Amino acid sequence: MPSAPEAPTHAAAVTFRGDASPSATRRGWSVVWPRVAAALCLGLAWWLLAARSGGEVPGPVPVARRLWLELTAGTLPEALVTTLGRATVGFLAAIVVGLLIGAAVAVSSPLRAGIGGLLAAVQTVPSVAWFPVVLVLLVPSEGAILAVVVLGAAPAVATGLLTGVDRIPPNLHRAGHVLGAWGIDRLRHVVLPGALPNLVAGLSQGWAFAWRALMAGELLVALDGRSSLGATLQASQARDDATGLFAAMVVVVAIGLFVDEVLLRRVDRAVQRRWGLLG
Amino acid sequence: MSAVPVLSGPATAVSARGLTKVHPGGPTALVDVDLEVPVGGFTCLVGASGCGKSSLLELLAGLAAPTRGEVTVTGATTLLFQEAALFPWLTAARNVELALKLRGVPRRERREQALELLDLVHLAHAADERPHALSGGMRQRVALARALAQDADVLLMDEPFAALDAITRDRLHDELEAIWHRTGVTVVFVTHNVREAVRLGEQVIVLSSSPGRVAASFEVDLDRPRAISDPEVAALSTRITSTLREQASLRAVSS
Repeated sequence: MPSAPEAPTHAAAVTFRGDASPSATRRGWSVVWPRVAAALCLGLAWWLLAARSGGEVPGPVPVARRLWLELTAGTLPEALVTTLGRATVGFLAAIVVGLLIGAAVAVSSPLRAGIGGLLAAVQTVPSVAWFPVVLVLLVPSEGAILAVVVLGAAPAVATGLLTGVDRIPPNLHRAGHVLGAWGIDRLRHVVLPGALPNLVAGLSQGWAFAWRALMAGELLVALDGRSSLGATLQASQARDDATGLFAAMVVVVAIGLFVDEVLLRRVDRAVQRRWGLLG
Repeated sequence: MSAVPVLSGPATAVSARGLTKVHPGGPTALVDVDLEVPVGGFTCLVGASGCGKSSLLELLAGLAAPTRGEVTVTGATTLLFQEAALFPWLTAARNVELALKLRGVPRRERREQALELLDLVHLAHAADERPHALSGGMRQRVALARALAQDADVLLMDEPFAALDAITRDRLHDELEAIWHRTGVTVVFVTHNVREAVRLGEQVIVLSSSPGRVAASFEVDLDRPRAISDPEVAALSTRITSTLREQASLRAVSS
């Protein structure tokens, strides 16, 4: 808060002084400590639950030990390579498909009338529900898993682009017009940057759908002998190996959070700040 | 009605003949508007809200086609709006550079030219600021620099200072006048503020409302630099305002 100007009073001069604004590190800490506290509480609850269950539920310590073991033995890295590879290829494919559909719908009003509603409809289908259809059409394969990832994520990306294009302020279109930005110039200098904040939000949502679809796919579609996070979950369940299950779940949550919170959220904030949408 | 005398001396930058605009399915915005702006001239159009001032500028800018009549503009035009309409993702300098780029100025020369233009509007220090970090007056200055970057022959301004506070507006009047002198650009300036029109223009054209037509035209041969508080500016403004009032009451009687 800036300090207020001195108020002219008759009795005595009163000066209002604001507090100095908190430093960046203090503000950072105010965001960090509740998360640390929440994580500690969760860990404590887990530990209590494990202690009271009499061995049914594995505690944090054995799970951490198992994670370390899997990591050093190379089984976890091997599973991660497959799963993250699929996630990357699937998400990138979904981005390409989503951008193409979104762009087509954005520029053509018949397409918008026809496909606009369909996008929303596709988005309401839970990704697991696609598997029976896709498996009948594509047999269990990498392609089937990727298809479901794309089906899950592409509509969110397309919708993000579409919303972004629709929400470009009309005065920016007029400014582009007056400056002579036509065709590809208009796309490059007005439409794409104008749509970017909503597109990034669409990407973030698309990632969440992609990750869910991928986990569902890896659980349902066992490809012979390929280890993956889903296959690890599956195998642990078959062996009645609760510690292994918990260890795999921790990794699933960690990756989902990392991509969303650390990567996408950061891009989102950077774009919002640069576009002047944040204070 | 030809309220504007056609001068034989200077060449004409903007000329409109019998300009009529009927919005499809809507009201008649303009009827039989004649207009002559000499090269390097500064013409202000005043009128109440809804007199078709903005429609007229759109026709002059070529953003819309007239229903009847014709517009002849010598050279390129650019248009400034009431809101600066800067691209929020670009810095002040980049906004100006984009105009240069779209005009075909080579990359190497853009930065320097952009900084010169920002210097012209006294904003060289804010070159790397983004629009949301600038005040309304500063944004409008950047928009002016961006418009100048187009190197247009005719600068069309649609109430560019209407949203600014009085002190900022006065300062921008001075700057616009100086830039007009320096660059020799032709200015057509639309405003609802009669004093602003007299402060800036060489010619003030009064438009009547619904539909818009030219009601009267005044030559302003007061010495420059002028100030909005000058008694001569005030006196002429009073005369023009009473013309506007007469027009309004005539309209009220006839309708």
